[in-house]
Amino acid sequence: MPHSTLNPASEFASPKALSEALEAHAYLSDEGLATACFLGLRMRRPLFLEGEAGVGKTELAKTLAAVLDVPLIRLQCYEGLDAAQALYDWDFPRQLLHLRAAEAAGVTDVARLESELYDRRFLVSRPLLQALETSTEERPSVLLVDEIDRADDEFEAFLLEVLSDFTISIPELGTISARRPPVVVVTSNRTREVHDALKRRCLYHWLEHPAFEREVAIIRRRLPEATETLVRQVAGAAGRLRGLDLLKAPGIAESLDWAEALVALGARDLDPETAAVTLGTVLKYREDTERVVQGGIEALFNGG
Amino acid sequence: MPRDVVETLTGFARTLRAAGVGADPERVQAMIDAVSHLDVLDPGDVYWAGRLTMCADPADLPRYDRCFAAYFTGRTPPVTRTMPPPVTVIRPAATPGTAEGGDEPDDVSLATASEIEVLRSRDVARLSAAERAEVHRLLALLDDVSARRRSRRFTARHRGRLDQHRTVRSILRRGGEISGLRYRAHRTRPRRVVLIVDVSGSMSPYADVLLRFAHAAVRSAPRTTEVFSAGTRLTRVTRELRHREPDAAMRTVSAAIPDWSGGTRLGEELKEFLDRFGQRGMARGAIVVIASDGWERGDPSLLGEQMARLRRLAYRVVWSNPHKAQPGYEPLTGGMLAALPYVDHFVAGHSLAALEELAGVIGNA
Repeated sequence: MPHSTLNPASEFASPKALSEALEAHAYLSDEGLATACFLGLRMRRPLFLEGEAGVGKTELAKTLAAVLDVPLIRLQCYEGLDAAQALYDWDFPRQLLHLRAAEAAGVTDVARLESELYDRRFLVSRPLLQALETSTEERPSVLLVDEIDRADDEFEAFLLEVLSDFTISIPELGTISARRPPVVVVTSNRTREVHDALKRRCLYHWLEHPAFEREVAIIRRRLPEATETLVRQVAGAAGRLRGLDLLKAPGIAESLDWAEALVALGARDLDPETAAVTLGTVLKYREDTERVVQGGIEALFNGG
Repeated sequence: MPRDVVETLTGFARTLRAAGVGADPERVQAMIDAVSHLDVLDPGDVYWAGRLTMCADPADLPRYDRCFAAYFTGRTPPVTRTMPPPVTVIRPAATPGTAEGGDEPDDVSLATASEIEVLRSRDVARLSAAERAEVHRLLALLDDVSARRRSRRFTARHRGRLDQHRTVRSILRRGGEISGLRYRAHRTRPRRVVLIVDVSGSMSPYADVLLRFAHAAVRSAPRTTEVFSAGTRLTRVTRELRHREPDAAMRTVSAAIPDWSGGTRLGEELKEFLDRFGQRGMARGAIVVIASDGWERGDPSLLGEQMARLRRLAYRVVWSNPHKAQPGYEPLTGGMLAALPYVDHFVAGHSLAALEELAGVIGNA
């Protein structure tokens, strides 16, 4: 696809420039993720982000929208999601009212009445249509299709169709196509294998839990009021928890919650008592909590 | 894009394909396009351009890394996979006339209805080669080993809940004339079925038949059935069982399972299944069938713990134990005792009739 027209909002010179822009909005990306976003913008391909819950997939889409200074349009997937909830729907009650009003006013021109009924104003646009309609060359909209693995596979096929040509045809109205493909971020927690055809359309990136130094940097960036000791201890403990073979290993979202809880309690460093009462912010299973408590909470931040 | 770059990248794609990464032409095109937006001479840029466009699964990443290192640094790739020596588990399928079944009837295709009836209820561990082939043939005919669940979506029905949208639309069509009410009801969708087949030594007379049963299940609902083999390690064999032809499917499966006729560490296997697949969603709302005799070499309490976990995730837990049909059988093995409190349906599974019953349990669970 040719990129003759450079527009300031969505063109970055290099992955590094994009990474810096993301960092200015408090999102610390690594080389891979920055390259993925850079290529996504340049090649106008959707990004497919996979990884454990809480590694910052949804957050990335939000930050991208902030960097491009455009609204984020979010489609949360769930089982039973269908086209009427994802694409568009006709506002039946309003159509009916319109019909009644026309009848009361004595309108007899059936053809006109019919064409009025399927007017744009009676169309309720849902996230996918919204994203196509609002995306312009200068301001591409950011569309987040969150947790695609929760939707059923029929929806995947449908999404594939929309993502291949960014065009939606509405029988009563005609075809609506995006002036510029929106920036699409599709996320999956891998509870189900997503069909390869959909992945092929996208740039695939697997997000890992951040390394210690990066996690420290992220917490520090997000919670400037936390002390350096606390930040390093929380990041160290989170890293150790991830190595414990738990039912649900804490993601970066959980370590941020933990640090925030500790800051709210006025802790300047992590001691066993405060850690024990705030453990609920990082561990979401009773079995996990028991296991950590049995192993001794002190073991979590020895040398952290 | 210079010609030699395209050639280099195409060659790289070929290396990836050989290593099992699905580098199809569309992806290769995307990689070339991606590289053109980046710095061709920067190894990091080329690495990411390829990884983002070529990989589609976390399992692809280590393969990709190996290929990248080998292709661009000239290091020869380590031998990626050594095929385990094929274990012969497929019993010779006796062809009519050449069977070595001794005094057994040679021509199984002429078996009468009553013979089939007798065969149906006989323990598969005590069958001759010809009879076994006939059981395999009948198993392959099993065409409905699947379950359904209620979907959130609706479909038009004559009774059920009022369908407001369709009612309003029909009123609209008649220009405001209320003509009658439309109804809708929930659709049904296939429910996921997960089969875990014990292939340890004590189960060896049954493992073959049970895997054939699993093959019938995969065939009747390919998208919603998952099969694992358990012995000393857990192996996902769903993909191998997708082959339509039963004997070919069994050949690929036997090559894929590294631990035939070994010991059993069912507790650990189950834990691995739940950690890697079950809890992320595969077991949620599913019917999980465990086919095992419950001989546990590991700690039975771990098995009990994991069964409790499974019970909390799954819709129904079915245990099929081939020894259950033996007269005087009591579930006394450690593993079986630990697991039973968490089992919804405890069935046999030693004969064709028992397997048909198991299919019924799955369908009606």
